[in-house]
Amino acid sequence: MSRFQVVSGKGGTGKTTVAAALALALATEGRRTLIVEVEGRQGIAQLFGADSLPYEERRIAVAPGGGEVYALAIDAELALLDYLQMFYKLGGAGRALKKLGAIDFATTIAPGVRDVLLTGKACEAVRRKDRQNRFVYDYVIMDAPPTGRITRFLNVNDEVAGLARIGPIHNQAQAVMRVLKSPETAVHLVTLLEEMPVQETADGIAELRAAELPVGRVIVNMVRPQLLDGDALRTASGGRRKEIAKTLTRAGVTGSAALVRPLVEQAAEHAQRVALEREQRTVLAGLGLPGYELPLLGEGVDRAGLDELAAALREQGAGQGESGRGAGS
Amino acid sequence: MTARTKAGADGGTPTGAGADGGTRTKARADGGTRTEAVPALDTDALIDDPDIRIIVCCGSGGVGKTTTAAALGVRAAERGRKVVVLTIDPARRLAQSMGIDSLDNVPRRVKGIEGEGAGELHAMMLDMKRTFDEIVEAHADAERARAILENPFYQSLSAGFAGTQEYMAMEKLGQLRAREEWDLIVVDTPPSRSALDFLDAPKRLGSFLDGRFIKLLMAPAKMGGRAGMKFLNVGMSMMTGTLGKLLGGQFLRDVQTFVAAMDTMFGGFRTRADATYKLLQAPGTAFLVVATPERDALREAAYFVERLAAEDMPLAGLVLNRVHGSEAARLSAEQALAAAESLGAENLENDGIVDQAAGKAGLREPADSPAAGHAPAPSEAEADRRPVTTEELTAGLLRLHAERMQMVAREQDTRDSFTALHPEVPVTAVAALPGDVHDLSGLRAVGDRLATGSAPAGAV
Ligand SMILES: Nc1ncnc2c1ncn2[C@@H]1O[C@H](COP(=O)(O)OP(=O)(O)OP(=O)(O)O)[C@@H](O)[C@H]1O
Ligand SMILES: Nc1ncnc2c1ncn2[C@@H]1O[C@H](COP(=O)(O)OP(=O)(O)OP(=O)(O)O)[C@@H](O)[C@H]1O
Ligand SMILES: [Mg+2]
Ligand SMILES: [Mg+2]
Repeated sequence: MSRFQVVSGKGGTGKTTVAAALALALATEGRRTLIVEVEGRQGIAQLFGADSLPYEERRIAVAPGGGEVYALAIDAELALLDYLQMFYKLGGAGRALKKLGAIDFATTIAPGVRDVLLTGKACEAVRRKDRQNRFVYDYVIMDAPPTGRITRFLNVNDEVAGLARIGPIHNQAQAVMRVLKSPETAVHLVTLLEEMPVQETADGIAELRAAELPVGRVIVNMVRPQLLDGDALRTASGGRRKEIAKTLTRAGVTGSAALVRPLVEQAAEHAQRVALEREQRTVLAGLGLPGYELPLLGEGVDRAGLDELAAALREQGAGQGESGRGAGS
Repeated sequence: MTARTKAGADGGTPTGAGADGGTRTKARADGGTRTEAVPALDTDALIDDPDIRIIVCCGSGGVGKTTTAAALGVRAAERGRKVVVLTIDPARRLAQSMGIDSLDNVPRRVKGIEGEGAGELHAMMLDMKRTFDEIVEAHADAERARAILENPFYQSLSAGFAGTQEYMAMEKLGQLRAREEWDLIVVDTPPSRSALDFLDAPKRLGSFLDGRFIKLLMAPAKMGGRAGMKFLNVGMSMMTGTLGKLLGGQFLRDVQTFVAAMDTMFGGFRTRADATYKLLQAPGTAFLVVATPERDALREAAYFVERLAAEDMPLAGLVLNRVHGSEAARLSAEQALAAAESLGAENLENDGIVDQAAGKAGLREPADSPAAGHAPAPSEAEADRRPVTTEELTAGLLRLHAERMQMVAREQDTRDSFTALHPEVPVTAVAALPGDVHDLSGLRAVGDRLATGSAPAGAV
């Protein structure tokens, strides 16, 4: 399994939730994972019920079996100051630049610079080693920008390497690109079984492939249980209504005659939804990618819910087999 | 879809249950009963009002802004108005069915608007980059325009800078309004995570374009002469030096060329942004906040309602989209589950078959499992194809109903927390249709529900 797991998907499909669940799932058996947030929203902290994350790697959860989940919210401005400091030992001058609005300028209007910093920081965490020459994190999981921007976001290093033809940013951009295009990275797309997100997923995969970025899995989120299918329903609507009414009465339901129609209609809607979902599954199957499926949690996602989703990911094979830290070169 | 559109008041329609006028009685879990009045949002009165010239549909991502905007457009046109709908990133099939999938950035007349006294519907899909290009072309001479359009820096700004889409939507709205061709403009807003982005982003872009650093880049010579600018001067040379080393000299030269070329246009940007902002505050404008009955979406909606008030922008009300109800609401989830259980036990006695294999999922039909390549294949998938007994079927119907009732209750709870915060906001509820909304008949169905949904939703 790739050590750098990038989680994208249409807005609101559950990128942040899935990234967090994946970080938990991969942190089994004493492993250590880092979840990286790049959109400056503190979604991860909220999800784990922690205080806002500073620009600093912090442990936010312990997984079953002693694994640890760390989190980092990357702030583009601070990352830029970091870089300036690293390359130029700017010190107080950095603050002066900030005052002038230069930092603001570099991190906002030049989207390239901003994204290079964000991806650069994440890749640095992926490659970081300790004194024993072991990777500090077994896996780094990124709660990434949405499908519409992901290819550009990851590929911006190419773009910037072209724009800034010399200098440390150029070199940095190329180094990051090497990690992102290698099998060390996998870009996953989260989707729902609905037309728009599925369409966006298909488009996104085509874009990622065209840019030679490694596509990982399609993660179908918020899957609802299937209680009754079309076959059963056709039987129901075909003349069994009287029997259903009788059966309802026998089961202790009063006034059952009036309930049959609405109950059967609800079931018809359900069947229609199941049929639509099946269509979307067919489209997804046509993409020829492996997938994970996560259930819809009726009560919303709290910490216990995250554990449930992490367990579901593990059941489907996430984090099984080879480990990262020792295995890397 | 077609089968559902005329079905009006069935299953999913929130008005099906508890439609008892302007008040709603809700049995609480704790046994108490509460009655409250939520003001109704009358969308027909809104779209029929000749003084309303602009309707803006806002909300967080994926809640149904585009669908609501298009549905209102169709309904207003069929009720006689001459309408243009500005959509942003519509679903592909919806765009195709409205005939606006070609990206030429101008409104097209939508075919199929029907009914006596129908007006006209025009629609377009915003092309952000093209709108930006058009502004450049309109406000700079040919040579300068070309220099800007070819600048790599401009290309990256116009294609993806956060906030550009919001800004360009405002620009386009201003342009459409200035043409005086339509008596109603319905505006969709970009798919951002927060509805607030729509109000914040243009200002952010504006203040950025006004930024000190940009000015420095633009006119270092001008600044250098003045007293007290020494610091800036030093800062500037250090700055260009550092950035130059960091980014490469060409990059910085591109930025400087771009900024210089844009110089004359900055004023225009700001003036127009201010004008559009005023337009949004004008009495002829109405904001509709769209939300789904989910915690996050309604929390966003509440923030947005507060912001609109703070900015003096006229809120018409809340569109609660994809709401669930039940016509069988008098049968509670608990009763339905208990009845399903007793049927299960009976079934076991009869022929020894239990349907608990699918665990929590309840009765999953073994004969026709989902799993078209994606689901983890359930082990019972290969089970027999024997016909479903009436007991099984009825138990399935009951479990399904229990699930529906639980959803109705959850949605009601989130609605209640919004109402508690903002009891003054008029609300209309739109039932969740079983399928996507991707053609005119689907939009009409949503329009019908927008108009009638002000009755209280399927309360328990
Ligand atoms: N499996 C699930 N079951 C129930 N609710 C879920 C599930 N996954 C996500 N959600 C809920 O859906 C909402 C959106 O999820 P999340 O914030 O993870 O999405 P996102 O893709 O990161 O959104 P954004 O594009 O705004 O960053 C949240 O309220 C979350 O709790
Ligand atoms: N009442 C409804 N019943 C069923 N489906 C609906 C309903 N309203 C919207 N949809 C569907 O939900 C999806 C999202 O709707 P829509 O595109 O209007 O949302 P949006 O707020 O514009 O999203 P974005 O923020 O991505 O622009 C679409 O597939 C649409 O067909
Ligand atoms: Mg998120
Ligand atoms: Mg939309």
